[in-house]
Amino acid sequence: MSNIAITDAAAAPAAAKPFLTRLAAGFVNRLVIIVPYVWLLFFFLIPFIIVFKISLSQTAIAMPPYTPVLDFSDGLSGFFGGFRELNLDNYAWLTQDALYFKAYVTSLVIAAISTVLTLIVGYPIAYGMARAPATVRPTLLMLVILPFWTSFLIRVYAWIGILKPEGLLNQLLLSLHIIDQPLVILNTYTAIFIGIVYSYLPFMVLPLYSSLEKMDYSLIEAAKDLGCPPTAAFWKITFPLSLPGVIAGCLLVFIPAVGEFVIPDLLGGSQTLMIGKTLWNEFFANRDWPVSSAVAVILLLLLTVPIMLFQQAQAKAQEQGK
Amino acid sequence: MIRKALWLSATSVFLTLFTPAGHAEDRVVNVFNWSDYIDSSIIDDFTKKTGIKVVYDTFDSNEILETKLLAGGSGYDVVVPSGNFLARQIQAGVFQKLDKSKLPNLSNMWDTVSERTAKYDPGNEYSVNYMWGTVGIGYNTKKVQAALGTDKIDSWDVFFNPQSLAKLKDCGVYVLDSPADIIPAALKYLGLDPNSTSPDDIAKAEDALLKVRPYIRKFHSSEYINALANGDICLAVGWSGDVFQARNRAVEAKQGVEIGYSVPKEGAQMWFDQMAIPADAPHVAEALEFINYMMTPEVIAKSSNYVLYANGNKASQQFVDKALLDDPSVYPDAATLQKLYTVQPYDPKTQRIITRSWTKIVTGQ
Repeated sequence: MSNIAITDAAAAPAAAKPFLTRLAAGFVNRLVIIVPYVWLLFFFLIPFIIVFKISLSQTAIAMPPYTPVLDFSDGLSGFFGGFRELNLDNYAWLTQDALYFKAYVTSLVIAAISTVLTLIVGYPIAYGMARAPATVRPTLLMLVILPFWTSFLIRVYAWIGILKPEGLLNQLLLSLHIIDQPLVILNTYTAIFIGIVYSYLPFMVLPLYSSLEKMDYSLIEAAKDLGCPPTAAFWKITFPLSLPGVIAGCLLVFIPAVGEFVIPDLLGGSQTLMIGKTLWNEFFANRDWPVSSAVAVILLLLLTVPIMLFQQAQAKAQEQGK
Repeated sequence: MIRKALWLSATSVFLTLFTPAGHAEDRVVNVFNWSDYIDSSIIDDFTKKTGIKVVYDTFDSNEILETKLLAGGSGYDVVVPSGNFLARQIQAGVFQKLDKSKLPNLSNMWDTVSERTAKYDPGNEYSVNYMWGTVGIGYNTKKVQAALGTDKIDSWDVFFNPQSLAKLKDCGVYVLDSPADIIPAALKYLGLDPNSTSPDDIAKAEDALLKVRPYIRKFHSSEYINALANGDICLAVGWSGDVFQARNRAVEAKQGVEIGYSVPKEGAQMWFDQMAIPADAPHVAEALEFINYMMTPEVIAKSSNYVLYANGNKASQQFVDKALLDDPSVYPDAATLQKLYTVQPYDPKTQRIITRSWTKIVTGQ
């Protein structure tokens, strides 16, 4: 939608120019719009179609381990003949076993809790950064991004050393006599939450920071002058104005957290049943590429459909606001 | 298992990025083997002797290897899957038959092992044994003594009997995250056929495992090596060589941790890791040369002495360390050998039931 708006705006002043220039400008504009679409086509739509097609196939002991494989080795008729063998059996299978439903729900719940925790931890950080003197802000921004310089895997590994029963955290708490029995954190849900909050914090802080930084603080001063207490001013002014940042940050944390595999595997216990692990099992242990593709397609729908509905609702609300 | 695999793939990506491209005329062989599974001087010796450069890459789960092979175009020339995985991969058309005229060292192989590997690879047409071992019980002798009043474990009963395992809960129990290794053991303990594919039998095995599930700390296929060696846990159901590695690490660490390994008297699973050449391998001649070199008695003995597994090479036994050769948990005596069983690959339907059961056992739901 926004892309079209940009072209219209750019095309309007061009109307006065000679026809050829206008044509060239239009072409360039169109080219600029095409780039993201081509990107989406090659790196989203085509892979998705391949996965979707595999999800309609059946497993086989072969290379690759499913049938039919649509190719042109039997000519065009072979290619189209393969389509008749595709069906929805794998999706039916997903509904027959409560395991998948449980795994989806567990993943959504874990991701939702982690997102809220990340927001609670991230908001004060972003707020502090936005209110810091302008000269310090680039340094603070740098510090938020700095952890990315170390491999994600290594950072999650480090948490094992911190959280394990004889790890750094327990040693510290024991030596300070705060606890007298080591805490069992590693291999529990708590460890998963710690891992996700830690790993995704920058994705929450950065959008929050950018929306808080743009905020006009004279509004707060005005509220103060009119006798509004600071807490009320925060909830009535700061928070609503930072809402776009909150939403962007939450989506950036929630979406990857649902499909998270590494953190629950490394920090969570064997009892954690998340969809990422289920997918791994289907794909690697069962060699069931079709069922794992079906799991992936459902996961994608589960994530994209609500987000699209949400965006539509927002667009509608904006139009009504005008 | 998975975490190690992630590590490895991360490092291998890194290595691939920074490995300078060789000249076209250089002879190369791309080997994909299990992690911690060779004395690296063997690779250097091979390159010195033949001029063939070895690109050595490692994995730590059969599943990772299999997925790469099934996707095709892996680029590997020699891979080392376990027997039951190999059987299915042969069926899928992953491998090529070995040109035995290029493998004169085949005469060194041990018929006791070859007979058994032929169950996976009829006529041993596609593969040659690298190492073999058992699935048994590794334990911390002092901690087990303190908990159970004995430091001698000789039966699956210590694991499958809830009363006995409950006593070991607090000091820690790890189990391989591998249904193909654990479900047959449960079947064997229950007096059933370890190769049974009957859903009823599998349900019985599942029940037996669910009864002891509350006392198991974690299902993992490689973490138990360090956990045993550090004294963090007192019992692990694991692969023989891994337990021996834990034993040696414990000795080196000098923290007073002593590790024992038991092949349970009811019988234990025997597994075989087989060297094979993918059908689309780019360097077949070099791969054959490599496999033949690995069958040289002195070479494979050196590897056994390093990784502490038995190999399937009869002629190598005179070069294997006496302590290793005389250790019945590595080279079992004839009586024990009789009780060891092999496990056939599951058909897709049974595989689904097994995986579903396993998820239930591991997650407890």
